[in-house]
Amino acid sequence: MGRDGKKGIGGMADPRRYGIERVAYWLMRLSGLGLLAYFVAHIYETSNILRGRVGWDEILQMTQTIEGHIILALVIGMCVFHTVNGIRVMLGHGGVWVGRPARPDYPYNPASQNYRHKIGIYSAIILAAVAMMYGLAVLFGE
Amino acid sequence: MAMAQEEISAHISPARTILLRISRYNPEHDGASTFAEFTVPYEKWTTVLDAILEVKKHLDHSVAVRYSCRQATCGSCGMMINGRPRLACFTKISELDSETITVEPMNNFPVIRDLAVKFDRLFDAHRSIKPYLVREDSETDTGKEFLQSPGEVEQYIQFANCIKCGLCNAACPTMATDSTFVGPQALAQAYRYVADSRDKGKDSRLRVIDDSHGIWRCHFAGSCSQVCPKGVDPAMGIQLLRGYMLGFR
Repeated sequence: MGRDGKKGIGGMADPRRYGIERVAYWLMRLSGLGLLAYFVAHIYETSNILRGRVGWDEILQMTQTIEGHIILALVIGMCVFHTVNGIRVMLGHGGVWVGRPARPDYPYNPASQNYRHKIGIYSAIILAAVAMMYGLAVLFGE
Repeated sequence: MAMAQEEISAHISPARTILLRISRYNPEHDGASTFAEFTVPYEKWTTVLDAILEVKKHLDHSVAVRYSCRQATCGSCGMMINGRPRLACFTKISELDSETITVEPMNNFPVIRDLAVKFDRLFDAHRSIKPYLVREDSETDTGKEFLQSPGEVEQYIQFANCIKCGLCNAACPTMATDSTFVGPQALAQAYRYVADSRDKGKDSRLRVIDDSHGIWRCHFAGSCSQVCPKGVDPAMGIQLLRGYMLGFR
């Protein structure tokens, strides 16, 4: 923590203490960075087609390992979570499903953290897990 | 007589004690913060602020803490309590369900000393969004009250509950990394005035927050709303305002 009191990346990335919404925020960043890394690696991988069939087959062999399959399954999970949660967040940014202003009553449960958004988050997590399991079944079932 | 009663009540041996860990830090001569530990008696109604004042009164008077009303109205005693921003006067020790309570200065605020933090950035951001009705006439000029229907009042009254305690800014993940972000407190207040049917200053107010470090930097983590002690729900106000700016509302 600096003299200005900012908690920095550690404070931003800490998913604890603020409920599932903060976990979703953390997973969104993590999956976004993961997909960015995959995007760069994917461009590198596909650019090997310029080396001809032999070069292409060589680089493709890298994904035909246990580690390669696990990474691809993680990419599938990150992609599904980022997409589904991204739609939820975009709807929220447009003011959709964030509740309506009203006089607050104790214990002040925030209307913006309502069940629709919670269902959206859990759906994103469950769909990502199912897609990963399907991906693993396909990859290891070859 | 009142003083004598207060002293007696403070020394009645209670059934339970907690370990209170208070962050100690003076930026003028300390390199890093340390924790001072105190064993403090408590009853089921004892608040964290009561416990800190007990320490100041009987154990270490040098602990720096800001407080005033003791009833969650002034917004002075915001601090990190067991890692989460809360008002010390509004947090009972018994509800924390912990044998150890750690109190630290609020995240994302510069520390003056120990638990007291500077509010300059919060107040500057608050002032920047013009937290008042902007219009050319006034009730005193026209001699007429600016009437509103109950429905029009409902649109903003929730956001008028803000006590500027700063807990939302302390919980915000964007505030943790962005030194120029306006922050959830000011953004929610921008919505409060934009949603007020008496206000005519939408354009000038929206110009302030329509910035890469303004409303577009909020990522709807919602932590601000979860820690607000007055039910303001800044996340809702920010998303409604963004929806308005994007033309969805």
